[in-house]
Amino acid sequence: MSVANGRLAVQPGAGRSKRSSIWGDAARRLIRNKLAVSGFLVVALMFAACFLGPLFSPYADNKINMAQMNRPPSASHWLGTDALGRDVLTRVLQAGRISLTVGLASMGLSVALGALLGIVAGYYRGIVDQLIMRLADLLLTIPSLPLLFIAGALLSEWKVPPDSRMYIVMIMLAVVGWPGLARMVRGQILSLREREFMQATTVLGLRGRRRLLGHLLPNLVPLLIVIATLNIGGAILSESVLSFFGLGVTPPTPTWGNMIDAANNMIDFEKRPWLWIPPGFSIFATVIAINLFGDALRDVLDPKQRR
Amino acid sequence: MSTYLIRRLSYMLLILLAASFLIFALYALTPGDFISGNIKLTPERKAELRMIYGLDQPLLDRYLTWMGNALRGDFGISLAQQKPVLTLFQDYIWNSFLLAAVSTFFTWLLAVVIGVLAAYRQYSWFDSLVMVLIFAAMSIPSFFIGLFLIKIFAVDLHWLPPGGMTTTGSNAEGWAYVLEVADHMALPAAVMTLLGLGSLTRYFRSNMIDVIKQDYIRTARAKGLPERKVLFTHALRNALLPAITLVGFELPALFGGSLIIESIFNWPGIGQLYMKSFGLRDYPLLMGFTMFIAVLTVVGTLLSDLLYRIADPRVNL
Repeated sequence: MSVANGRLAVQPGAGRSKRSSIWGDAARRLIRNKLAVSGFLVVALMFAACFLGPLFSPYADNKINMAQMNRPPSASHWLGTDALGRDVLTRVLQAGRISLTVGLASMGLSVALGALLGIVAGYYRGIVDQLIMRLADLLLTIPSLPLLFIAGALLSEWKVPPDSRMYIVMIMLAVVGWPGLARMVRGQILSLREREFMQATTVLGLRGRRRLLGHLLPNLVPLLIVIATLNIGGAILSESVLSFFGLGVTPPTPTWGNMIDAANNMIDFEKRPWLWIPPGFSIFATVIAINLFGDALRDVLDPKQRR
Repeated sequence: MSTYLIRRLSYMLLILLAASFLIFALYALTPGDFISGNIKLTPERKAELRMIYGLDQPLLDRYLTWMGNALRGDFGISLAQQKPVLTLFQDYIWNSFLLAAVSTFFTWLLAVVIGVLAAYRQYSWFDSLVMVLIFAAMSIPSFFIGLFLIKIFAVDLHWLPPGGMTTTGSNAEGWAYVLEVADHMALPAAVMTLLGLGSLTRYFRSNMIDVIKQDYIRTARAKGLPERKVLFTHALRNALLPAITLVGFELPALFGGSLIIESIFNWPGIGQLYMKSFGLRDYPLLMGFTMFIAVLTVVGTLLSDLLYRIADPRVNL
């Protein structure tokens, strides 16, 4: 009886594993890639440290402590303290929460927007395609940094409270980020729809919705995953640039970018490197780890791209 | 070919026209103007100045005036510096070009050499090291690496000046001047080279890997040519050719300066001019600059497509 049960249980599972073997295969090859695994571990560690770390810190309340101003790193404050006597390590981790969240969310928004518009343009073509792609061309013509600076200045003028600036920065980055993505997705759709398997769906007489959702889009998913991963790093970098120039997320909400702003003060820059070097290296470590992982992901999910 | 060019050029003009309107509208939306930021002026004087500069006109009228003048090659007068915008551009652009040209040269040189060697020894420890370094170069926050290197090489070690293009108060001439500028350029040029190196090295590496697998490389080896000749004469030429399409994309970077690097290193280029003018809300200059970059981008893309055809005659435009 138990054997029969076991067989029954295995049967559907076996069928599924055969269907999803491309994912299992990809995961197996990913685990064999040392760079990918270390990249993933660094990202995981960074997330864990930023989201859980402050819970274990005795300084998480960010109380102003005049007796402990501008102290260099020591046993009680591993990365020293800032001008208000706050623990720098705790602040770097709290800043990481914001920076990572902004990076993830703006990536999600721009990939969603770019993928949606790219799919619509590539699949329906005609006038919709023309409209979307001309808009993308227009946005790609205007340099993105001045565009972001203007948006940042608007936020400051409208006195957007620091808490909600974070969300607007995400939207800003998504607006600048979608045209390139839409172009890439559209190109992929245009090439996929001419392949034999799509011709086969026409021959089979499948309806438009089933062709799109059942056959075209699943082939786009690996590309989207790769783009999304590699985009998080870019989004984190853009946010840090904006916040460094005071046009992104502003204090008191800490981000890695606006913590480096301490370097704009001559004395802090020369005499108190513990204020601005740790957030800089946090950005660097996170982005390089994400990029290494994303590239390995591309190797396993998009074999034609493999070099 | 000529129909293609005509179609392409008219589309370019259309896009630029749309871009000009968008750019104008965005800066018009940007809160505050050059006059409202000046606390020394009385309200009456402010209104008077707004009238003189035409800031009290409706948006569309202002745009048409601006665009009409721009088409005749007049981008207005910088409010902060009281000089024509184009004259200012001419003053600053060559400083930007100098820095960009030097760093672009080193970026390409290093990228070709490293890319070719890594491709030749694909999967060796050298190749793996190069791959990691490529990712490192692509992941560096530009402003942070600039600050970090200033801190090390200028503040701590005193090897190089922290910023600027010449030493304040210096009136060196001839060779002494060249050396002084080179001394100031070393750090920013190194940072810009580093930032561009990652993606370009990766590009040359993968091009070279494709080329090495081709039949004509096997033929060259079969003929008994020395490996050096196979690699640098037969393979490199074909790996380099597609790269000329990248020249067009370099155009905005070559002449448009770098907002971030020039600000960090206090380099008197057009990017730093923009950043300073942004704080002052010097609209004619800001719009002129943004429009200038847009033109460079569009022209660069066209140039790339044309060069693509020259590099690969099979491509039909």
